[in-house]
Amino acid sequence: MVLIRSEVLLTLGLAATLGAANRVSVATTTEDLAALAREVGGDRVEVDSMARGYQDPHYVEPKPSFLLKLQKTDLLVVVGRELEIGWLPPLITQSRNSKIQAGGSGHLDASVTCEVLDLPTGPVTRAMGDVHPTGNPHYWLDPANGRRIAKAIAERLGQIRPADAAFFVQRYNDFDRRLQEAEKRWDQQMAPYRGRKVVTYHRSWPNFAKRFGLEVVDYVEPKPGIPPTPSHTLDLIGRMKREGIKVILVEPYFDLRTPNSVAQQTGGEVAVLLPSVGGVKEVKDYFQLFDYDVRLLTAVLARVK
Amino acid sequence: MLRKRIFLAGVLIASRLVAQDTAELLARMKAMEQRIQSLESEVQALKGRPEAAAPVTVSTEPQAQSAEPLVSSPVATAGSKVFNPDMAAIGTFVGAAGNGGPRAIPALEMSEAEVSLQAIVDPYARADFFLSFGEKGVNLEEGYLTLTSLPGGLQARVGKMRAGFGKVNTLHSHNVPWIDRPLMTQNLLGGEEGISDAGLSLSRILPAPRQVFLEATAQLFRGDSEGVFQSYRRRDVGMVGHLRGYRDLAESTNLDLGASYARGHSPAGPELVTQLYGLDATLRWKPLRRAIYRSFLARTEMVWGHSRLPGEVSQPFGYYVSGEYQLGRRWFAGGRFDRSERLLDSGLQDTGGSIVFTYRPSEFSQIRGQLRRTHYAERLTANEFLFQFQYSIGAHGAHPF
Repeated sequence: MVLIRSEVLLTLGLAATLGAANRVSVATTTEDLAALAREVGGDRVEVDSMARGYQDPHYVEPKPSFLLKLQKTDLLVVVGRELEIGWLPPLITQSRNSKIQAGGSGHLDASVTCEVLDLPTGPVTRAMGDVHPTGNPHYWLDPANGRRIAKAIAERLGQIRPADAAFFVQRYNDFDRRLQEAEKRWDQQMAPYRGRKVVTYHRSWPNFAKRFGLEVVDYVEPKPGIPPTPSHTLDLIGRMKREGIKVILVEPYFDLRTPNSVAQQTGGEVAVLLPSVGGVKEVKDYFQLFDYDVRLLTAVLARVK
Repeated sequence: MLRKRIFLAGVLIASRLVAQDTAELLARMKAMEQRIQSLESEVQALKGRPEAAAPVTVSTEPQAQSAEPLVSSPVATAGSKVFNPDMAAIGTFVGAAGNGGPRAIPALEMSEAEVSLQAIVDPYARADFFLSFGEKGVNLEEGYLTLTSLPGGLQARVGKMRAGFGKVNTLHSHNVPWIDRPLMTQNLLGGEEGISDAGLSLSRILPAPRQVFLEATAQLFRGDSEGVFQSYRRRDVGMVGHLRGYRDLAESTNLDLGASYARGHSPAGPELVTQLYGLDATLRWKPLRRAIYRSFLARTEMVWGHSRLPGEVSQPFGYYVSGEYQLGRRWFAGGRFDRSERLLDSGLQDTGGSIVFTYRPSEFSQIRGQLRRTHYAERLTANEFLFQFQYSIGAHGAHPF
C-alpha cells in the first residue's frame, strides 16, 4: 500500500515537473503584460512580472533576483517607448540569454502594434520634463490596445512553440470575445460622463481618457517627472475653479498630499485609479483592472458634478 | 438622309463630350478651390502661431490610427541616425572650503566631464565607452565590449574596465553617494581611479539554493593600476576574482554580499607582489509603493592587504561603513565612517567621517554638500566642507544594481 502510494506520488511529482518544464517561460516588465500573457497562454506558459502593479514602472530597481528568471526565459515582453529605460537594459545585458536581447526571437516590444499617443511633433528637450520621445508608454490602458498586445503575444508564443500555436490562437479568440463583451459594459457605464474634464497627476491616462471620452485638461505635476511646485499648484487650483473641474486622478504610488489639498480647495475629489493589474490585491487580471477603474471613476464622477 | 443622321449623331456625341469635359473640369476646379482654401487656412494658422511654441508641440493624435484588430506603430526613427550610439555627458563641478590636509580638493574645480557612448554592436555583443575629460586632459575611464550570447551561461568583457573588486571600485565617480571616495579606496585601491586596467573578464551565474543569486567573476588584467599594481614585464599580469551573493529578504528589502581578491606586482619593485582581499555587504530597503519617496541603503566594505616591500611585508587594513536615507522625493541624507591604513606602510592610519546631504531637482541633476573631518596619520586634522553640482545630458544608460 505504502509502495503504491509512493509510486503515485512520484508519478504525480514527475508529471508536475515535466509540465512545468514544458511550459513556455515568459517574463514581463509589468503585471498588465503578464495578465495578458496568462490570458493567451493559459496553463502552457509560466509568467512572471518584474514590476508590481502598485509600483511606479519608471523606477524599478534592476535586482539580480530578476536575472534568475531572465537567464532562462523564452520570451520577454516589454512595454517599450522608454518606460523601462532606467532599469531594464542592464538586466537584459547581464541575463546571458541571447533570445531576449533586442532583436532576438524572445524579445517582444508590446508597443509596436498598439495605438500610441502623445508623440512629440517637434524637438524634445528635458526642459519639457521627463518626456518620452517615442510616445506615451501608458498605452495598455485602452482595451483595444490590450487586445492588440494579447494578439502579438499569442502570435509570438505560437512561433516559439509551433505545436501549441492553435491553442494560443483559440485562447486569444476566447479573450477577444470576452473583451468585446466587457468593452460594451464599460462603454455603457462611462457613457454618461463623456466629455467630462479631469486633472491627472502624471500623464498616465491619455489612452484611457481617449477611449472613454474624458478630457484631461491639466496635471498635478508641472511637467512629467517633476514633483508639484507651489506656483503650478496655485495655477491648477485657479484653473479648476474657473473651469469647474472637480476630479483628480492619481496613481497609487504618488503622494496624495498635494492632490488632496487641491481637491479640498476646489471642492473636488481625488480618485486613486489603478494604472496596472495588481494595483490592489483584488485586481488580478486585465478585466478586473477596468472593472475596478470604471466602477470607482463613475462613482466619483456621479458624486461631484 | 444618312449623312444627316451621321452629322446629328456627331453633334450629339461632341456636345455630350463637351458637357462631360465641362462637368469634369468643374468638379476638378471645385476640388482645387477647396484644396486652396484648406491650404490658406493652414498658412493662416501657422502665421498666427507663436514662434517659440511652434517646435515643441505634443500631438495627441495616435501614431497610427486604430484599425482593428492590429495596427503597426513602429518606434519613430531618424534615418541613419538610428544607428548612432546613445550619447551622454555628465558634468561634475566640485568646490571645497576649510583646511584640506594631504588629499585637499581645490577651492573650485570642474572635476570631470564624463562622455559615454553606448550601443549594441551586433546580435552577439554591445559596446560601452566612458571618456573622462578633466581640466587637464582626457582619460579613457572605461571602454569595453560585452559578449552577450556566449554558451554555458557565460558573459565576457574585453577592454579597459573598472575591476570587479568590491562595490565602490566598480562605480563611476558620478554614481558614488558621496563627493569623495572613502579613505579605504584612497589608501588601498588606488584613489579616484581605483583598480582599473585593460583586460578580460568572464562571469557566470552559479547554481544556488532557490532565490539566491550567485555570480562568480574572474578577470585578467595587464597589471597596471596606478598606486596599487604595476606591470614591469609582459608576464606581470594582474588578476581579480569576485563572488557575489544576493537575496531578496522581502519585497522591499534585499541583502547583497561579496568577496573579492586581487593580485598584481607592487609599485615598490618588480619582484614584489601585492595581494588584496575584500568583503562587502549592502542592505537595501525601498518600499515599492513609495519607491520614489523613501529608501535606505547601508553598506560596508573591508579590505585586507598583503604587500611585499624590500625587506618587510606591509599588511594594511581599511574599511568604511555608510548609510543613506531618502527623506523625500528630492532629498537624501547620509553618513560615512572610514578608517584605513596605507598600502605601503600599514603603520600609518587615517580615520574620517562625513555627513552628506543631496538635493535632486530632477533625475538629471543634483546638488550635494558634504562635511568631512579627517584625522591623518601625520597628526593633522582636516575639517572641510565640500560641495558638488552634477548634471547629465543625453541618454546615459542605466547602471547595474
